[in-house]
Amino acid sequence: MTALAAALPRPRATGYWTAFAIVVAVLVLAPTLLPPFWQRFVTEILIWGLLAMSSDILIGYTGMVSFGHSAFFGLGMYGAAAALLTVKPPSLPLALLYGLIGAGVVAVFVAFFATRLRDIYFGISTLVFSQIFYVIIFTWTEVTGGENGLTFRQPQLSILGLWSTSFTPTTFHWFVLAVVVGSYLVVRRITQSPFGMVLQSIRENEPRTRAIGYHVERYKIVAVMLSGLFAGLAGVLYAIQNKFAAPDFVFFVVSGEVVIFNVMGGMGTLVGPFAGAAFFLLLREGLSRYMPEYYLIPVGIIFIIMIIFLPQGLLGFLRRRLNS
Amino acid sequence: MDQIIIQTLHGLVNGMVLAMVASGLTLIFGIMDIVNFAHGDLLMLGAFVGATVLGMTGSYWLALVAAAIVIAILGALLQVTTLRPLIGRDPLTTILATFGVSLVIQKYALWQWGPSVRNISEPVRGDFNLFHLQYPWYRIVTAVVAGLILTGLWLFLKYGKYGIWIRATTQDRVMAQAMGIPVPLVYTAVFAIGSAMAAASGVLFGPFAGVTQTMGFDFTVRAFVVVVVGGLGNLGGSILASIFISLLESYAAILVSPAQAVIVSFVVLVLTMLFRPTGLFVPTPR
Repeated sequence: MTALAAALPRPRATGYWTAFAIVVAVLVLAPTLLPPFWQRFVTEILIWGLLAMSSDILIGYTGMVSFGHSAFFGLGMYGAAAALLTVKPPSLPLALLYGLIGAGVVAVFVAFFATRLRDIYFGISTLVFSQIFYVIIFTWTEVTGGENGLTFRQPQLSILGLWSTSFTPTTFHWFVLAVVVGSYLVVRRITQSPFGMVLQSIRENEPRTRAIGYHVERYKIVAVMLSGLFAGLAGVLYAIQNKFAAPDFVFFVVSGEVVIFNVMGGMGTLVGPFAGAAFFLLLREGLSRYMPEYYLIPVGIIFIIMIIFLPQGLLGFLRRRLNS
Repeated sequence: MDQIIIQTLHGLVNGMVLAMVASGLTLIFGIMDIVNFAHGDLLMLGAFVGATVLGMTGSYWLALVAAAIVIAILGALLQVTTLRPLIGRDPLTTILATFGVSLVIQKYALWQWGPSVRNISEPVRGDFNLFHLQYPWYRIVTAVVAGLILTGLWLFLKYGKYGIWIRATTQDRVMAQAMGIPVPLVYTAVFAIGSAMAAASGVLFGPFAGVTQTMGFDFTVRAFVVVVVGGLGNLGGSILASIFISLLESYAAILVSPAQAVIVSFVVLVLTMLFRPTGLFVPTPR
């Protein structure tokens, strides 16, 4: 495979990196230029985009649709909550660690069972697993706070214990941006690595990949775990931003929105999910001024129309370039 | 002991209603290979239509029929507008489209009927004594009606001309088309029948726990569980599986809260998918 890749002329990537630098620069400057409301809005887009991108590893690259990403996201939130509530003073690295452990444990569990199933069965099983965790969190009031969830204080932003400061919306935005850009580069590297190529060949033709001699199940398990970890990371960021963890975020609605972000933005592009999240949240913001409760009616109709007429999503036409 | 008898009855009655929900879902899956995420929401909408008709006319049975007809028409329209353009595409896109439909229906119901719980009064009053326990008649009536509807569906599929068309299309759609069966029309009809089944079960279920706009998702998930445990696309298997699962959930509800009892059926589902992915109630494939 590497010999083949070397033989083909590589598409030039300078255009890609220029665009990447411009987008990152704009996002760095965004909080200094925007009013507080929109500042927070952009931060939220980044967090939801990270969650959607984690799901893209499965949907876009491995061809497995997860309807249960809320479980990883929610466990990330509750993991962060556990760290922030039990350890004094609240510590950011521990929140990240606990959140990733929480999401990782769930991911191992889901990966072990769900990856044995294919197509819609995989989707249903992830959905069912997320519901199991939802029911547990919702009913285990003593530990998880039940319906009310948990509230906690924001940790301090500290770098190696040398220097620490409280989060302001602006510094939090930069922190999220750093995490998101880092995650994006890591996931992009993974999807272009030999491992990522195997995932893509599973998407294209699973029996053939197996016949070549790859242990397909093992690759799928690792893919689900990776995806779960990044989803958990998004959960930790969201928990820190909002200072609470609630069972609503383990519920199916979040998983459904993640799939919507992917479809709207363009699956298999990694950037698409961010665009999808931005598009969805902007639509919601614009429409909820006129109809706060019912914005999902027009959004749902737009979603259906996009599935029929624009199945590649907003950024689908860039797919080849974004993966070069 | 008393509790076990009551829970057995509950399980059987719920199982019959669930079987109706699942039969619609499995019929649609069997013929079109799509998993209909909006199924529970069509059920919810049917229940609301039923509640409205009941409020206007006072007749439960009229409400049942009206809800089934209205939702069947809606189902046919949905199929033609959103699912027909997607035939031949990746099955995933159809699932996502039904997911979009489910969002729209749910919020439409919220808009139209508000967030409060609607009650559908029971069609038959009175209790009967079983040993020394009281059990309401309407639950028994509901189970019987569900059983009759399911028998009707089965007879229709087995002996009716159009039922045979449907089964032929399920088996081999290319061959069916070659034999002159209008396959696209069969698709629309099956979606309409499935939607009508969902709506009717919504009205049947109404008196048990009231009607809310969020009840749909719960039913979608439960119907999935049943349909997979019974074997996707297998009508008889789904009926047995819904009774089996409802009984299990009823017994589990003795020990834990009903909210947690759901986990039992999820565990059954996962075990089934791992060890007998073709379904529990079908002969072992060779």
